[in-house]
Amino acid sequence: MNEEDSPYLPESATILNVKKMAENEKLFEIELDSGEALNHDPGQFVEVSVPGVGEVPISISSSPTKEGNSFELCIREVGNVTGVIHTLEKGDEIGIRGPYGEGFPVDELKGHDVIFIAGGLGIAPLRSLINYTLDRREEFEDVKILYGCKKPCELLYEDEVEEWREMDEIDYRETVDECPDDVCWEGNVGVITTLIPGVDIDLDNSYTVVCGPPIMYRFVLQELKEKKVPDERIYLSLERRMKCGVGKCGHCQINGKEGEFYVCQDGPVFNYDVVKDFEEAL
Amino acid sequence: MKIIKKNVFEGLVDELIENDEREIIGVQSKDSKYVFDRLEKAEGLELDYDVTILPPKKYFMPQRETLVEYETREGLEMEPVNEVIPRIIIGIHPYDLEAIKQMDKVFADSPKDSNYLEKRENSVLIGVNMQQTSDWSFAGSMGTATVDDGYDLMLTDLGKKYAVEIGSSKGSDLLEKISEDVRDASPEEIDKVEKAKEEIKDEFDKELDFSPQKLPSLLADTYDQDDFWEENAEDCYSCGTCNIVCPTCYCFDVQDFSDISLEEGERMRQWDGCMLEAFAEVAGGENFREERAERYRHRYMRKGRYLYNRFGDIACVGCGRCSSQCVPDIADPTDIFNKLWRGKDE
Repeated sequence: MNEEDSPYLPESATILNVKKMAENEKLFEIELDSGEALNHDPGQFVEVSVPGVGEVPISISSSPTKEGNSFELCIREVGNVTGVIHTLEKGDEIGIRGPYGEGFPVDELKGHDVIFIAGGLGIAPLRSLINYTLDRREEFEDVKILYGCKKPCELLYEDEVEEWREMDEIDYRETVDECPDDVCWEGNVGVITTLIPGVDIDLDNSYTVVCGPPIMYRFVLQELKEKKVPDERIYLSLERRMKCGVGKCGHCQINGKEGEFYVCQDGPVFNYDVVKDFEEAL
Repeated sequence: MKIIKKNVFEGLVDELIENDEREIIGVQSKDSKYVFDRLEKAEGLELDYDVTILPPKKYFMPQRETLVEYETREGLEMEPVNEVIPRIIIGIHPYDLEAIKQMDKVFADSPKDSNYLEKRENSVLIGVNMQQTSDWSFAGSMGTATVDDGYDLMLTDLGKKYAVEIGSSKGSDLLEKISEDVRDASPEEIDKVEKAKEEIKDEFDKELDFSPQKLPSLLADTYDQDDFWEENAEDCYSCGTCNIVCPTCYCFDVQDFSDISLEEGERMRQWDGCMLEAFAEVAGGENFREERAERYRHRYMRKGRYLYNRFGDIACVGCGRCSSQCVPDIADPTDIFNKLWRGKDE
């Protein structure tokens, strides 16, 4: 069997760097052993293999505009495979398949305001697009980032967030659901939706990009609706169980009265107007 | 159309078992049921049968198969694997041929799944027209009681002889081996075959009350009849048997199996089923099809609508295996589809 014949054969890759970001999240910098760039779009994902343990779909957290050929994955320790990935160190080898799926429509977003709304680990896929817009700042109008997590210690990409806080060319706002008494926190306290009313949204000229846990979408979308943000100006990135990444295994299918999608091929990024009537989407 | 005597056909099968490098598979009886299995002798063939427990899908998409082998002794090495056993499969009913045709489309869709496709390319399909039907089958309604293609050879029982239709060069190559004993069918014999094909269509106890072409829109219209789906799914065990026996169910899980050294192992895919509770569950615990009724509806939608939208085929071929194997007896597609059809205007 030729290697190019199997869509299931991973490429070998090496971990260049591991950085602990929060209690359960680490950032892995990875390079394909071929030395080639991954050539991904912001919002796409890869299947990460740990031979003997299995494969998991992980969204790519770095922008393709990043220097060098490596890419970054922010991985939460939540299951068998991610548990083992968290024990890996610099120099360890893993398998990579992809990039897969439809990412964010970067060309459509260019020339517009972009408002990012990230909840928890939802910042991981959004960061690929956030960094893209920051690296090509002149191609976008106003950039606003709303980032929320449960507690201050769960904040990811702390160094970068620190820069975002200081940046004049973006409007960065953050919130935590709760803040323990002994922790210093200058941002907002409250769920992510409490940030939305205070944000000016130029309805004719902006796109809102949302990623977070399933429960967050409902409330954020409701808030955006109150702001009269048109549905077609909202993009979402969805998480699903995936086994193949190539539209075969059936696990990531989402259905509704209107039809069906495979998240691995038609997504993970979807226009809200396209999926809003799909009962299983949100 | 050609004609061969039954004893000549049996001789051909024995000759193939004896001398052909390919594995010869045929329908055989097992306990009081029928299965596709490796043939030891032509006399073990049962070509007059109702339905097999499992469809021949298992030869192209085995219950478990290796996709990748890996080794970590000196750095990570991964190799694609496809265990292809060339086979001649004898006795496939028309509805199963139709199902194979549909699966061919699924796995040939980009990116191609060579694990399936290479197994298919290395197989010869010898179909047989039905003489009896399963109590649960409704192939007559689904237009799959007979087929015009999808086979390499197609047999019709004419008493002491078989009429043979040739579907491909793989099929005609087989007949070459007995060319002296093959003759053209007479107009009367051709008539008999056509008559047998016509007659079998009316032999099914189960029926769809409407054209299957109406299924996609019927299912779209009834998607949100939550009470209906909940009521019918109430007794479902979420056991996945209907998935396992279905000739057009192809969803799979992928798992790694390590050698005891932990330095090598295989990545395997195995059959999975959308009726199983964890099918759409992610590692964080969120289950995107948590309710039994959602999974139950999903299966019918997939058979009658989703795969049609994607590939243009109604992905139920009417074999009746799902309903015949369902312990709480809630998996009869004619029952569900007819109820939806009758209720659509209410």
